[in-house]
Amino acid sequence: MTENGPPDSLEDLDERIREAEIRRNGKRGQDDALERGKGLTLALRIGTDLVAALIVGVAIGIGLDYWLGTKPWFLVAFFLLGAAAGMLNVFRTMSGFGYAAGYRKEGRKDARGTRGKRNG
Amino acid sequence: MAEAHSPLEQFKIKPLLDFEIGGIDLSFTNSSLFMVATVVLITGFLVLGMRRGAMVPGRWQSAAELSYEFIAGLIKDTVGSEGRKYFPIIFTLFMFVLIGNLLGMVPYSFTFTSHIIVTFALAAVVFIGVTILGFVKHGIRFFSFFVPPGAPVALWPLLIPIEIISYLSRPISLSVRLFANMLAGHTLLKVIAGFVAVLGVFGVLPWVMVVALTGLEVLIAFLQAYVFAILTCLYINDALHLH
Repeated sequence: MTENGPPDSLEDLDERIREAEIRRNGKRGQDDALERGKGLTLALRIGTDLVAALIVGVAIGIGLDYWLGTKPWFLVAFFLLGAAAGMLNVFRTMSGFGYAAGYRKEGRKDARGTRGKRNG
Repeated sequence: MAEAHSPLEQFKIKPLLDFEIGGIDLSFTNSSLFMVATVVLITGFLVLGMRRGAMVPGRWQSAAELSYEFIAGLIKDTVGSEGRKYFPIIFTLFMFVLIGNLLGMVPYSFTFTSHIIVTFALAAVVFIGVTILGFVKHGIRFFSFFVPPGAPVALWPLLIPIEIISYLSRPISLSVRLFANMLAGHTLLKVIAGFVAVLGVFGVLPWVMVVALTGLEVLIAFLQAYVFAILTCLYINDALHLH
């Protein structure tokens, strides 16, 4: 179509791809807004999930230290555990395993069978 | 700038009716006032909207039915048909948070969701309720919740604390998310609005920004209520469909 003209800029290409998509799908605008809403929802969830577990870990660590008088050690241990739990929260949210601790897929009686799914 | 308002001024709790029982301050504050206003608004919106119960709904009835169907659909998607009996609590939480957030967008009003104690109380209700639900449904097997499936026993001492922390982080993340978003959004609006008067002619720029941010804040107000509701659904789902 435009062999002789100068090479199209990326914005131009983007625009044309979008137009082609509109022609194919019909109602792109609505889907796009929905998709963006979902993305924003996810972003709002993940940001705090990561930090919340860390807060809980540190709070437990400080609490145990205060109670048992072992000043830094429980704090150090539970800081790391909290960080791990935060990562776990984010991983679970993103990989679609639901949100929960110990979540298993349907038909989950045998623990071995679910392992493949968890890695997937 | 005779009276320099702090951007945090808007979050101040002011007692309206002083009231004390046994040394505990139970004053009716501006926060309580807006909570009551929220409840009254929701009740009025739904009861008056459905008053006629017409076969072909008018605008108001449509809006009321839409909010019902939105949450009903959400529960059906995340929990399934067993989740239907938890509709009242989820719908109440959603509407309370949503209308509370939106009321806070009205100038000179008070945003009670910008206080961690309010959001934490809501999150604690959800957390304790879901934990009790899990116990009632599954009894002592509820604790198998904390054992990751398929993990070698040698790793349990490491993994179980992580799972427990992850579980305990739920109410924190639920409450901090709502409170922090409302607090940050309203503070930012106030700070940028403060520039409008100070910059004179160039105040147009922050003014445009305030308009845009107000739109964003309304979106956030809705999304936060939605996230609160959807996470409540997910927690109920987890408690119902334990391993």
